Amino acid sequence: MTDASLPNTGGAPKSGSLHEIDARTKKRNAAEKRFRMYGVAAIATGIIFLLVLLFAILGNGLGAFQQTFISVPVYLDESKLDKKGNRNIDDIKKVSTFGYNPLIQKAVLKAVVDAGIETPLKKSKDMKALISASAAAQVRQAVIDNPALIGQTVEFRFLASSRVDGYLKGRVHRELLARDKNIDAEHLDIVDGLKEIGVVKKTFNSAFIFGADASESRAEQAGIGVSMIGSLFMMLVVLFLALPIGVAASIYLEEFAPKNRWTDLIEVNISNLAAVPSIVFGILGLAVFIQFMHLPQSAPLVGGLVLTLMTLPTIIISTRASLKAVPPSIRDAALGVGASKMQSVFHHVLPLAAPGILTGTIIGLAQALGETAPLLLIGMVGYIASNPPGGVIEGLMSPNSAMPAQIYEWAKRADPAYYERAWGGIIILLIFLVSMNTLAVLLRRRFERRW
Amino acid sequence: MPLLWLFISVLAIAVVGFVFGRQRALSSAGGDVRSLHSLPNYYGWNVFMKATVPAFGLIAVWLIAQPLVLQNSIAGMIPASEIKEGSNIGLVMAEVRRTATGIENAVAAGVISPALATDVNADSVAVTALLKEAGQVVTSEISQSLLNAAQAFRAMNATGNLLMTALALIVALAAGGFAAMQCTKDYKARNAVERGILMLLIAAASVAILTTIGIVLSLVFNTIEFFRLYPALDFFFSPEWAPSFSGRGGSSKLGILPLLWGTLYISIIALIVAVPIGLFAAVYLSEYATPRIRSIAKPMLEILAGIPTIVYGLFALLTIGPMLVSVFGQDGLGWMGGGRAVMTAGIAMGIMLIPFVSSLSDDIINAVPQAMRDGSYGLGATQSETIKQVVIPAALPGIVGAVLLAASRAIGETMIVVMGAGAAARLSLNPFEAMTTVTAKIVSQLTGDSDFASPEALVAFALGITLFVLTLALNVLALFIVRKYREQYE
Repeated sequence: MTDASLPNTGGAPKSGSLHEIDARTKKRNAAEKRFRMYGVAAIATGIIFLLVLLFAILGNGLGAFQQTFISVPVYLDESKLDKKGNRNIDDIKKVSTFGYNPLIQKAVLKAVVDAGIETPLKKSKDMKALISASAAAQVRQAVIDNPALIGQTVEFRFLASSRVDGYLKGRVHRELLARDKNIDAEHLDIVDGLKEIGVVKKTFNSAFIFGADASESRAEQAGIGVSMIGSLFMMLVVLFLALPIGVAASIYLEEFAPKNRWTDLIEVNISNLAAVPSIVFGILGLAVFIQFMHLPQSAPLVGGLVLTLMTLPTIIISTRASLKAVPPSIRDAALGVGASKMQSVFHHVLPLAAPGILTGTIIGLAQALGETAPLLLIGMVGYIASNPPGGVIEGLMSPNSAMPAQIYEWAKRADPAYYERAWGGIIILLIFLVSMNTLAVLLRRRFERRW
Repeated sequence: MPLLWLFISVLAIAVVGFVFGRQRALSSAGGDVRSLHSLPNYYGWNVFMKATVPAFGLIAVWLIAQPLVLQNSIAGMIPASEIKEGSNIGLVMAEVRRTATGIENAVAAGVISPALATDVNADSVAVTALLKEAGQVVTSEISQSLLNAAQAFRAMNATGNLLMTALALIVALAAGGFAAMQCTKDYKARNAVERGILMLLIAAASVAILTTIGIVLSLVFNTIEFFRLYPALDFFFSPEWAPSFSGRGGSSKLGILPLLWGTLYISIIALIVAVPIGLFAAVYLSEYATPRIRSIAKPMLEILAGIPTIVYGLFALLTIGPMLVSVFGQDGLGWMGGGRAVMTAGIAMGIMLIPFVSSLSDDIINAVPQAMRDGSYGLGATQSETIKQVVIPAALPGIVGAVLLAASRAIGETMIVVMGAGAAARLSLNPFEAMTTVTAKIVSQLTGDSDFASPEALVAFALGITLFVLTLALNVLALFIVRKYREQYE
């Protein structure tokens, strides 16, 4: 394609009108058009990828915010729950969840019979597949909280088992039931019947947002709340360490550092750290914080420390940019009225750079919030974060998970019901990231000054 | 939490010192601020700083040094017979520490009396039983020497903590008192405080260096340890990766070649996806697009860069994988066995890298001087001819740099390959087969392990150092190329 620069060697000039486009010009114009189309196609492909990704997330994940519940009246049989009949709380506590299961199953069977559903499943044991394994613990807790309930019939709202939930959400299909040993087609007939009379209902599931993770067999019960708290504590550590250290380092490098070897070394290190793969920071955390310093494994404190080191370059780079943006006249004016160098920086330059620093910090935090790989190495996956921490120290030191680690954990589990949870968790994570980034953009628009 | 109380006490001393120092300076000037050298608060801060910084420094150093000193002195107490076949001193030390913590907790719970806990002649079997009763995690049998080591460990730990508390408080009081004595009206408090702040700023800036040192040391020491257990030649040149966790000792084959091949293969596929799309997008955005289109399309592409990698991992595992299987799997062309494959991870990673390539190339293309384009137009070239023959060649070093940076990103990427690429290490050319990468194996070898003694766990550090060196080399190369290019046009 060197037509433009090659001289026309030999031959007479072509005859013809200027208004008529000759073959070569046509070819060149076509090439121009084609090249343009490649560009449009590339951008379109990128945007299509983005849309497919968002569609996959929303399409698969929104289901996690709804859950199927079964509301049935349960008769709390005195002869089963309090054999002595003296309402002694210690005796009541001795009845384990196994003692409650038959009562619940009976209650569900009664609801099925009352609804007039024809089914070959006549035994109350057959109802086990419909109800989540968490139901017994739920009733037991209610009874222990209020022993006066014994002997009465109380209306409970139970989680349906994950298969029933999957059936209502279209994840479990009748054709595929043959391979599923947890539930039969007859159960699904019951579910259809109960759904018509409103006993089985799909409603908003706040337990997914605020609840704790559950064991592998109870997908319907799992929530992301506790790992959200773990992420929160990690972000607090990052904020309280990375912001002061990052700002201090930037002030030194931007305002005070003499041009020497040591300064160059620091600069090279910061730009290199920004490019080190995150997994290497995980190795560092494992070797230094856990192996060497014996900090507790899986603790948000360790996660926060690792993420701090990882976010530091981001914060330093953006802080230096905003310090650089403050015009030197501000510094000169401060020095001119007798401030020391330190005073001019802390009283004048830093406040003016604060919006930029804040924006950079929020973006750094958002990056840290979504990071997973280093957390795998310091052990924030692989167990069940079941209880929210009691206080700040426990929140920092006791094992917990973090949102992205929890999502990874769910994605690893075999039950497809957990995939839905993983997508749902991603929606929550993205909501956090989007709001943080929006906040950063708004702050920048609102406070950014052009000098 | 005694450490927390120590912090609070030091801070309290410092606050009292602040008030006292300020007061003392003011009274030495007869209450007249004008005759002080510095503003009164500087005198306060002077005391505050001198009370806290040395004390906190001491605590930090002590906390790092104490476990090391303990480790060395206790390790001497353990007889060689205690170190069983296939075990090592590190494992035994972990055992000692665990037992010591167990005794500590059991004493706190009241199951073991403080006298028994320190009794050198205590019966190890009885103590084990008591520890189990207290719900502490202990191994089935604590031997006598191990118990004694644990007791000594606990005693020394307690003495160390007490000593640290006492010393930190003394240092805080002494340094604070000294600083308070300095507070007279002629003392240059502001200069002292500013010097101190400058020191703190320098310390903060050095954290970056400390981090690098930490990374290098933790990788190098563990790698040396690994090469002592496993021959380095086998690691670098053996074409087989087959770790065994069951039988400790020589049965594992830990060759890095299949992992490197998987890493490279996935990265190449990712680049094949990302580079053309990213490059054309950058060319279009910087040369053709109207400002309106640019202001919409550029942020949209950059959203892709802000999405966490776990999302791409899940996308690969649950969307791309099944999609590829439905085309290339058993029902389609029959090339693909399962959803996890080089292709799956490569495509997801490629999507992730598009904005990376496009925004870097965009900057570089924009940096090409307009005069060069105008010269080309003046000779009659069309816009696309100008781009192909003038702009791209001028921007080429920068674009190569951007691609290298993207490659380094791809090599270091973890979550996508952990979730999308599979776990089998093999040297194969079929992109629809599951392969694994260096990062994925680091995760699988280290997850859940806290004691690194076996070559199977230590190999992760050797993999880590390979990864570190590889990405560092790519980055340095990229920066070198970019820098060289910049010199030509400025």
